[in-house]
Amino acid sequence: MPKPESQEHYLASLVPPSARAGVTRRGLLKGAAGTGAALSMSGLLSACGGGSSSGAGGSAGGKPTGTVTFGSNASDAPPKKAFAEVFAAFTAAKKVKTKVNTVDHNTFQEQINNYLQGNPDDVFTWFAGYRMRFFAAQGLVGDISDVWKTIGPDFSDSFKQASTGDDGKQYFVPIYNYPWVLMYRKSLWADRGYQPPKTMDELTTLATTMKKDGLSPIAFADKDGWPAMGTFDILNMRTNGYDFHVSLMAGKESWQDAKVKQVFDTWKGLLPYHQEGSLGRTWQEAAQGLVKKQSGMYLLGTFASQQFTGADLDDLDFVAFPEVASEHGQDSIDAPIDGLMMSKSPKNEAGAKALLTYVASAEAENIYLKTDHGDVGANKNVDTSKYNAVQKKSAEIIGSTKNIAQFLDRDTRPDFASTVIIPALQDFIKNPSDIDGLTSSIEKQKKSIFVA
Amino acid sequence: MTSLETPVITGTRSNAPVKKRKGGYGSLGRLSRGDRIAVSLMLGVPTLLVLWLVWVPAVLSVVLSFASWQGIGGIDTIRWIGFENYKNVFTNYPPFAPALEHNVIWLAMLFVLATPLGVFLAVLLDKEMKGGRFYQSALFLPVVLSLALVGFMWQLIYSQDQGLLNAVTGSKIDWYGDPKVNLWAVLVATCWRQTGYVMLLYLAGLKAVDPSLREAAKVDGASETQTFFRVVLPVMRPINIVVLVITFIEALRAFDIVWVVNKGRNGLELISTLVTSNIIGEASRIGFGSALATIMLAISSVFVALYLRIALREDKA
Repeated sequence: MPKPESQEHYLASLVPPSARAGVTRRGLLKGAAGTGAALSMSGLLSACGGGSSSGAGGSAGGKPTGTVTFGSNASDAPPKKAFAEVFAAFTAAKKVKTKVNTVDHNTFQEQINNYLQGNPDDVFTWFAGYRMRFFAAQGLVGDISDVWKTIGPDFSDSFKQASTGDDGKQYFVPIYNYPWVLMYRKSLWADRGYQPPKTMDELTTLATTMKKDGLSPIAFADKDGWPAMGTFDILNMRTNGYDFHVSLMAGKESWQDAKVKQVFDTWKGLLPYHQEGSLGRTWQEAAQGLVKKQSGMYLLGTFASQQFTGADLDDLDFVAFPEVASEHGQDSIDAPIDGLMMSKSPKNEAGAKALLTYVASAEAENIYLKTDHGDVGANKNVDTSKYNAVQKKSAEIIGSTKNIAQFLDRDTRPDFASTVIIPALQDFIKNPSDIDGLTSSIEKQKKSIFVA
Repeated sequence: MTSLETPVITGTRSNAPVKKRKGGYGSLGRLSRGDRIAVSLMLGVPTLLVLWLVWVPAVLSVVLSFASWQGIGGIDTIRWIGFENYKNVFTNYPPFAPALEHNVIWLAMLFVLATPLGVFLAVLLDKEMKGGRFYQSALFLPVVLSLALVGFMWQLIYSQDQGLLNAVTGSKIDWYGDPKVNLWAVLVATCWRQTGYVMLLYLAGLKAVDPSLREAAKVDGASETQTFFRVVLPVMRPINIVVLVITFIEALRAFDIVWVVNKGRNGLELISTLVTSNIIGEASRIGFGSALATIMLAISSVFVALYLRIALREDKA
């Protein structure tokens, strides 16, 4: 039940930030006026970024000082350590301290609404895609277009697009991404003479052979509800193309369309080759099946490599999901981007922007990727010579794929993804035969949600 | 929900003696000034707290159930859509029917399994058998643990690959994952805890039963069973009602264990988990979730009303 105090809290919290924002903006203007009216925002900001500040007088426009607070969802050990090292380097270089507030990954995500409307940290971790644009449209996050004027040349256009809100301004700084691919163990496939499948037919033949050899052909886990979205996404993009994915996620296409039914039908043909009992299994457990050579392959983000250590990690290889319809080939892939955003009215705006500028630099991303090596750096100039085999191949696949999608639950409304799609896909896994009933139920629920 | 009935009870109970006792303090009007301030403070502060913490949120929930709102921005961003949310809950939300069914199964299981078992254990422990203290602590121990922890502990038993149960029996059943069995698996864990709770309550009640009643029954030649059902049970009517109400409340507010297992999906849907997953989290279908909460409130109110009727009758008697 929503408690009234939280509503009061919302209302109360709405006033001070805007008031504060006003003060900051005034301060900024004063600062700009002090250093000359012609001085543009980007001029101020590159001063922050480059550290060669000429001493702009304003509270926000001046040389970054003090402490920047950082809300982190990096609760797993490797990314937590990676951020700590990046921040240590930032403090050493820019003399601005950081105060990190780490929250459990899923909890952070679930509390994001309250977090942003309450008293958020200056900078926080978040995701690109609809999930980013939504909060930007609600005015809950800070415009960092000026930061992008500095860091822009370091990123490809697709990353800039992914960081841009509906209003054309930038709100997001990408750090890394990772592709969703079909992973397998080289040694197992070499021993058995398996060849990477290029088409659906080859995939089915391979899966049949694996089954005969006593393996679970395709490792599968959907206890948490989201991994199955990856399977749906890739089948949808392979069958109907990237553009259809985008408009389906935007609620513009009907889920009862024959195209969507075709996706479910293809999936239904593959389900017998999926590992059984998926609804009670987590992705970590499914990945363990791959490690132990009990499963033949696994469609998941390359973060699954976290479950591989030492020699096993070197043995991990992957290919893009095979082609389904020839007109779309293998031209699309899910490669979600994680990164940072700035809150609407940070207490230390100059420091926050300096931090964002620093984190976007190749230097910072090199430090980050040294510790968290399941991901690929977003910055063009990241040092790829230190990449392991998985990272190298991930970078290749992302670079050579025409269309990059963010992932179902990042490309559509969160309420639709979590309250409709998760139960619907789980129902499908339990009972794959009633595709008509399933799609009509999704469509009806979609209509009730996409009105707002 | 638990706190819903408390204020009314305290109200009636504190009113009743004041009216009945003609001597002593006399009627309210004859209280001294200080006493009157004390009384109004003692009644007023809790009443305000209950209003603020229970009734205002409840009423607001009902109000919000007619709205479409994402929980962001001021009241002006709320769109009023009438009964649309309720229509959607009943006709256009597949998890709702299973959730309702699971809540009913939950209630039935607590009612036919956990509660009678707890009562039975209490009667056994009341016999002052050897090692009674030990059994009592052992059986009560699960109650001390939170349901979330209970869910986790049973995970060690139920886990498909590493669990005790499958290791011993050699079965391959996925106890928490298979939607055909997971509700029952969770219910076993819940009953394991609930039994101890009921047992302790009942044991306390049994200790308070006047021993002379049993002796009299024995003298009259009643058997053990007859003594219990004809003499002890009727005497324990207040405790029986408390146990009954606890059973209902626990069934309706069942939530934590299921949430720990799989967030109330895939065979473990409960109304409470649907409310949570719609309101908490990124989803923020505040209006829709409030409609679910209101439905839950309506169902609990039926039981609360029943309890109040019985309790009030008790007071009059």
